[in-house]
Amino acid sequence: MKHKLLDILRRLLILLLVVWTVVSLVTLLIELVPGDPAVAILGEQATPEALEQFREKHGLDRPAFFVTYSEDKSGERRLRWNGAENRYVDYWRGILRGDMGRSFRTDRPVVDLILSRYGATIELALAALLVAVAIAVPLGVMAGKNRGTLMDNSLSVIALIGISLPSFVVGPLLIYIFAVWLNLLPVSGREGPSNLILPALTLGSALSALLTRMVRSSVIEEMGEDYVRTARAKGLSERKVVYKHVLKNGLIPVVTILGLQLGVLLAGAIITEKIFNWPGLGLLLVDDGINKRDYRIVQGCVLVISVTYIFANTLTDILYRKLDPRIRVS
Amino acid sequence: MNRLALFGLVFIALLIVVALFAPFIATHDVGATNLLARYLPPSSEHWLGTDATGRDIFSRVVYGARISLRVGIVVVAVSGLIGIVVGALAGFYGGWVDRIVSGYVLNVFLAFPGLLLAIAMVAFLGAGLNKLILALCIIGWVGYARVMRGQVLKVREYDFVQAARALGARDWRILFSHILPNAIQPIIVQASLGMAGAVLAEASLSFLGLGVPPPAPSWGVMLEEARDLATLQRAPHAMLAPGIAIALTVLAFNFLGDGLREYLDPRQRRR
Repeated sequence: MKHKLLDILRRLLILLLVVWTVVSLVTLLIELVPGDPAVAILGEQATPEALEQFREKHGLDRPAFFVTYSEDKSGERRLRWNGAENRYVDYWRGILRGDMGRSFRTDRPVVDLILSRYGATIELALAALLVAVAIAVPLGVMAGKNRGTLMDNSLSVIALIGISLPSFVVGPLLIYIFAVWLNLLPVSGREGPSNLILPALTLGSALSALLTRMVRSSVIEEMGEDYVRTARAKGLSERKVVYKHVLKNGLIPVVTILGLQLGVLLAGAIITEKIFNWPGLGLLLVDDGINKRDYRIVQGCVLVISVTYIFANTLTDILYRKLDPRIRVS
Repeated sequence: MNRLALFGLVFIALLIVVALFAPFIATHDVGATNLLARYLPPSSEHWLGTDATGRDIFSRVVYGARISLRVGIVVVAVSGLIGIVVGALAGFYGGWVDRIVSGYVLNVFLAFPGLLLAIAMVAFLGAGLNKLILALCIIGWVGYARVMRGQVLKVREYDFVQAARALGARDWRILFSHILPNAIQPIIVQASLGMAGAVLAEASLSFLGLGVPPPAPSWGVMLEEARDLATLQRAPHAMLAPGIAIALTVLAFNFLGDGLREYLDPRQRRR
């Protein structure tokens, strides 16, 4: 019991450390911008007053960190202690109040922008997960059950090809086949359910390939267990053995991969959303953030995607422990 | 080694030759646009056809191999070296070095979507090949460090290491001539898979406009240019050629990595 508590505490500590690092990185990343962000946004022709006003409004006139190495009034470069009045602390204060600053371009609160897009990304990621499971479980079981046969081998090769095909190859290919050539599905946007099909297939394809391999090796492992022999001995049909007994245990490691991949899906969604003009966080990040150099939006998106990813991982870890009693003991 | 790994090896060798001798293999100038020859289908003049501005796709794919391989090799070499050194030191000495490396750095970096970090860094630094390489190295070394640390922890306890220690060998000698050669195998596998990852990451970032700037014949840039509706309708081959090039390259390195892993670890062969 004590061990369990310590373990949970340790996990919580790591979680906090990771979140702290991510927020710190995101906060400090803006210092990487070559030159002055205000000039980057307003342009070279902006008047000094306009630049000053912009800096003041977004807190860019404040020192970057607790200590800075900069020129003082006499023109000498030296280390300066700024106390808590710095941008790093500002950003933290904001986040704790649920405020991620305002867009450099449109002046809208970044939190609002992110909330308006978050649902679309989650919808896409979950649909992709569904696609992946729907493809991978039957194929993986088929390959594992018929291990070593021609079918197994060809499925393995197809899976490896699927893993190697990046979304920006699969996506345009699917658009070409289903939207341009067959004219069955819409090319881009998010107007109705039919819009979701191609992005979900694109995002889910690589995952389905990975999962197929997982399910296969998991099924092979479980087929060798004693309980399978028992189930067969008591006269269960092979179908029942596989789907009722083997799959139940065999899916445990698959759940872990799924959870870990949910995070990868969120990050991968950036490219898929760009391909299909799917109005999620990724598109916000690329079109409104990166391309328009709206650094506040970039900060917010990176932060939200990362934290979602980290929480998905932690949740999976807990779920995994609950599912497999063997892990709980050790 | 299995047949797929052999395919990978042959393809990679071919790719290296293509990249090295690109000026002799390419049939046209990679940058030369020709608005009279847009969207041409494959022919004897243009082997893979032309793109939206009339550039020869075959030549661009050939030159694209240079960018992909350069990014892959530099990223794997640099991040591999850093990862090996850090992982080896952490595993060998333990103590506070290990506590920082494995307790904090590995946990934090591996709990983070690498591609997103690379995207974020390049977004702030500005696009460009060298910045992209820098970003990929910063996220890349952690994987090697983890593998190396685990290996060193294992090999460190072997009898021959104890024997060397008993004979009075110094730390660095034990580390470099006894532990490293016996711990390096999984790193080779990791490097092969890392090449696939780096090629893919370069193409992804270039596709998003964060890598090599456009006129350059990066496969990711070519795909981005070929995916608009007009080009898809009139010249789908403009998208297929770089797409197949990326897929085959990634596949080849993955095949090789998988094959090496099986070859180096016979216990995996039965699966």
